[in-house]
Amino acid sequence: MYQVEEATQLADRVFQMWITAPQVARHARAGQFLVIRAHENGERIPLTISAVRGDAVRVIFMSVGKTTEYLSTMKKGDALSDVAGPLGKPSEIKNYGTVVVIGGGVGIASTPIIAREAKEAGNHVIGIIGARNKDLLILEDEMAAVCDELFVTTDDGSKGIHGFAASVLEQLLKERKIDCVWIVGPAIMMKVTSNVTRPYGVLTFVSLNPIMVDGTGMCGSCRVTVGGETKFACVDGPEFDAHQVDFDSLMQRQRMYVDEEKASVEHYHHHGGCGCCGGEHR
Amino acid sequence: MTGSPAGKEVRDFNEVNKGLSAENAVLEALRCMECVRPTCVKGCPVGIDIPAFIQQIANQDFAGAAATIKRDNMLPAICGRVCPQENQCEGSCILAKKEKPVAIGALERFVADYEREHGMTLPEVAPPSGKRVAVVGSGPAGLTAAAEMARLGHAVTVFESLHEAGGVLTYGIPNFRLPKEIVRAEIEQVKRLGVEIRLNHLVGRSLSTEELLSYDAVFLGTGAGLPYFMGIEGENLNGVYSANEFLTRVNLMHADRFPEFDTPVKRGCNVVVVGGGNVAMDAARVARRLGGKVTLVYRRREEDLPARAVEVENALAEGVQLVCCANPVRVIGEKTVQAVECVQMSMCDLDESGRPKPSSVEGSNFLIEADVFIEAIGQGPNPLLVSMLPDLKRERRGNLVVDADGLTTLGRVYAGGDVATGAATVIWAMGSAKKAAAAIDRMLREE
Repeated sequence: MYQVEEATQLADRVFQMWITAPQVARHARAGQFLVIRAHENGERIPLTISAVRGDAVRVIFMSVGKTTEYLSTMKKGDALSDVAGPLGKPSEIKNYGTVVVIGGGVGIASTPIIAREAKEAGNHVIGIIGARNKDLLILEDEMAAVCDELFVTTDDGSKGIHGFAASVLEQLLKERKIDCVWIVGPAIMMKVTSNVTRPYGVLTFVSLNPIMVDGTGMCGSCRVTVGGETKFACVDGPEFDAHQVDFDSLMQRQRMYVDEEKASVEHYHHHGGCGCCGGEHR
Repeated sequence: MTGSPAGKEVRDFNEVNKGLSAENAVLEALRCMECVRPTCVKGCPVGIDIPAFIQQIANQDFAGAAATIKRDNMLPAICGRVCPQENQCEGSCILAKKEKPVAIGALERFVADYEREHGMTLPEVAPPSGKRVAVVGSGPAGLTAAAEMARLGHAVTVFESLHEAGGVLTYGIPNFRLPKEIVRAEIEQVKRLGVEIRLNHLVGRSLSTEELLSYDAVFLGTGAGLPYFMGIEGENLNGVYSANEFLTRVNLMHADRFPEFDTPVKRGCNVVVVGGGNVAMDAARVARRLGGKVTLVYRRREEDLPARAVEVENALAEGVQLVCCANPVRVIGEKTVQAVECVQMSMCDLDESGRPKPSSVEGSNFLIEADVFIEAIGQGPNPLLVSMLPDLKRERRGNLVVDADGLTTLGRVYAGGDVATGAATVIWAMGSAKKAAAAIDRMLREE
């Protein structure tokens, strides 16, 4: 069992959790993820490693379905059945020169650790974090602490620059030489934002988020098409050259279990939420 | 074996073969000729003293028979169920030539089941040697190597990347062939020998190369878990699975009991499985149990199917449709699978192995309606681990190069099972692991 050291809410439906998992914490690098199984009947879900502190790792998630909703109810001292990791390849960090690290929504969870490693590698690091509105914005302080410059955007203008991270990136590309860009966020945001760097030929990494089961390369559930080839995001990625990624196929595959996911939430609310059915469910 | 498939409407995952009664086991044991030079033992990759344990069954000393088997094999309830005995012990039985061979597998299983129900006893463990051995992977090879080395007095730690031990025994082979409580009980026995199993540890990620090589010896039993895909058009449509994914969702994650369990799986109305091995049969039979009409497409003839005859028989009895001499060339659909386009295969020439070489017949394309398509065309070793140990020499298909003892090209690092031999059987994995464990023991004692 893996103890929850700390569990707090960061924003609307966004939660952070520090979990004691020494085998993960000791080896975790930027860009990697872990797989959680919350309880004996649980599914395995991938979550990015957002930070490390001693033997604990931090994950940040948005409550969007059965498992994340269950996780959001967990408190300090509770325990998760399983935490496996670190998984995936670390980010390809070296001294590129000027680096832009972009986080969209809950994808911002990944950015401070990337920005810090990029900074430590000698880069000038520019952060851009964007969310739909100010209530969904997270980790602004952490990003401010590690980045040389930080831009904040909201889709509705409730905080920072009114607009998308893509527009800020476009402006930066026009004004100065950018050597490498990381984009982490929802698939559609990564698709749109990485199209901005394409005409400039700037190396751009995206962190793909397909459906995963084991996360160790044994099933191919997370397969994605990169440069016309099939890759397994869990072992070949999750970071890939954005300009080679087939985002439309990724987004189609992400929707594979939409109906089942709804059924699972309904089942959870009926049997797990009310506590009046006498079921053994959580 | 008293294989009696439950009929075409099979929906549950209970074990199909119910096993021998004590009475029938004794009767079967009495058929053994007690050969002076028993050929059956030579047919067994782990060399169980078959005549001895069968004699004990005949004398109704079932506990004694269990002890005899466990001198050579710590996982008899598993082997008795999933070994292809027709090619091994039973195929080598002298009675196989005239009538039916002695049902050695069923007898082994009977003894193991008897012991599990009446209290298991452990074999003796040698005094501690002071040596530490790391075993990577807890499948049949890893468990066998771990058990053997623990009995020889070494401190063994097994690293397993999943949340449950057993490898293919847990995620691959379905409950109706190998009940999971039996796998767990046999793993429990291995742990009681002093073996520590660390779950959720992916070597190369959760454990560095240096940490791994700090052990006095290493045994790699990481299997052949990387699924091959056909590389045909439409393969990334929703509803296309590798057999590994499909079976993992059901066997390990219990997707058949969704939403009680959280992991979903697509329950196709029309399921097409491609492949002809045991994995294909398992996937097809699981899909049947999830309620689908299942068509199994195989590129050679029915008599060429590499799966065990009994599994093919069971699949057919459960209503799996077999389409032989055909191969999928394209998956058709928009977003989700709608049909699988296949082509007829002709079987004119024989290849080097003596099997007919299938070649596609132009213009013979036909469609099979499908909403789920499962590829069971084989798997190779996961490249992750070996990429962490660059001094390990690999063959063209990715298998590790090992000598007769299982020693890799890296000192103190041994390998066995599918990672060394390519995808094979549970018992071959155990046989090679046993050999490697003995070699590791010799190496550690010579120091």
